[in-house]
Amino acid sequence: MTDTLNELPPLTQDFELGFTYTRSLGPVLSRFLTGLRDGQVLAARTRAGTLLVPPPEFEPVSGASIKELEPVAAEGTVLSWCWVSQPSSSAPLNKPFAWVLVRFEGCDGAMLHALAADAKEQVHTGMRVRVRWAPERVGNVKDIACFEVHKQ
Amino acid sequence: MTDIAIVSYAQAPMVRDAGCANEVELIMPVINEALQACGLARTDIDFVCSGSADYLQGAPFAFVAGVDALGAFPPIKESHVEMDAAWALYECYLKMLAGDIDSALIYGFGKSSPGNLPEVLSLQLDPYYLQPLCPDSVSLAALQARAMLDAGRCTREQMNEVVINSRRQAQKNPRAQLRKPVSQEQLQAEVDWIAPLKKSDCCPISDGASALVICRESQAREMGLPYARVVGMDHRIESHMLGFRDLTDSPSARNAAKSAGLHNNIEAAELHAPFSHQEILLRQSLGLSENVDINPSGGALAGNVMMAAGLDRIGSMAAAILRGDYKFGLAHATSGPCLQQNLVTILEAA
Repeated sequence: MTDTLNELPPLTQDFELGFTYTRSLGPVLSRFLTGLRDGQVLAARTRAGTLLVPPPEFEPVSGASIKELEPVAAEGTVLSWCWVSQPSSSAPLNKPFAWVLVRFEGCDGAMLHALAADAKEQVHTGMRVRVRWAPERVGNVKDIACFEVHKQ
Repeated sequence: MTDIAIVSYAQAPMVRDAGCANEVELIMPVINEALQACGLARTDIDFVCSGSADYLQGAPFAFVAGVDALGAFPPIKESHVEMDAAWALYECYLKMLAGDIDSALIYGFGKSSPGNLPEVLSLQLDPYYLQPLCPDSVSLAALQARAMLDAGRCTREQMNEVVINSRRQAQKNPRAQLRKPVSQEQLQAEVDWIAPLKKSDCCPISDGASALVICRESQAREMGLPYARVVGMDHRIESHMLGFRDLTDSPSARNAAKSAGLHNNIEAAELHAPFSHQEILLRQSLGLSENVDINPSGGALAGNVMMAAGLDRIGSMAAAILRGDYKFGLAHATSGPCLQQNLVTILEAA
């Protein structure tokens, strides 16, 4: 009996720590993130006619469902910023950078992301920035690698 | 009238690192102290509710271990919020209003020292637009501080004044973590941390626990217990999308305060402002006059136990009223990035 048990290989099973399923992000976020994968920024069109980036699923004040998305230029203006002089390993950039709230051209709302800059002195509220696309894009907010200074 | 009395509050010393003490060892002394102070036995308590974050321990249902500190036999009625324990008190407040219970024990605890708290807090953000970028809590607060400075809603000197006041008040609080006085000159000379914030503008990372007991006013009177009366509580929330909020204002705090019964006779306010500019923002949003004594305990800048700091604001204000320092007080608790959620409690002397 003991010999038989010793001859049996130990029972093993692969285990992946994480969700073992995929899910849809819904009608709005799914289209926006797919747009990023394709190198395009999509804004939500509200019933009042304004454009919102990043698109929420529902209008912030009225609560109405967002139905229309349309492309806008991948550039905007810095509404607020802070300077990270010692980035952590989880930060989007591995050298000193700014977190920025960016209002896209002609839109309301603002998107949080990183801004690549060589020094704090290069960053100021109201400055123009544009999207720097990630070389490989998968349909995630990190398809925007970061923003960069937009010299006109 | 709500007919709800705060009869007892206990707080462990707030420390940067509680060492090998586990959560149960942090909680048990404050629960015992809070119960002994009001003379209620465990079996007299109708309901227990706690506030903590499993993310600090990194294990699902980690909060259940905290129940060991209660002595849960014979069986008790118990609940938990994955929020600051101020919201555990709010759950008990609603159950009292509904007539479900007549007394409750509330406790909150957090041991943040084993991890990197500012990064752990990025896990509470929107999972699609924000969390993948891992923005830490200090960076998000720094964006808000910049917006305040740009809009002329505060100055660097006013932010320093908040820090100076916190340290001055904390000298009276033996449980505070940061009590060393600082001067305007010292703060001006301090280097930036995540500009425009300096380290002194940020709450410390604290380990600790707190407990609070509420019951009916009639029971408090029968037992001859001094108590602070809860006039009202309310909780309001703003968008989880930071770019769709006015970061220089807090309409949610204002609406919560109005609904909780804010009035012009408030003499002191405990404001849960983990960053210096947020105290200024809250004072403006709540319309508190210059005469209102702000954070007599030292506030969150003197010690900020994750998931107990909001309850500490309410407990500290109740304790100050019980000492006879004030007749009317306001206590505020916050949760989420940049003051996203706000809970306001109005208290008065019985």
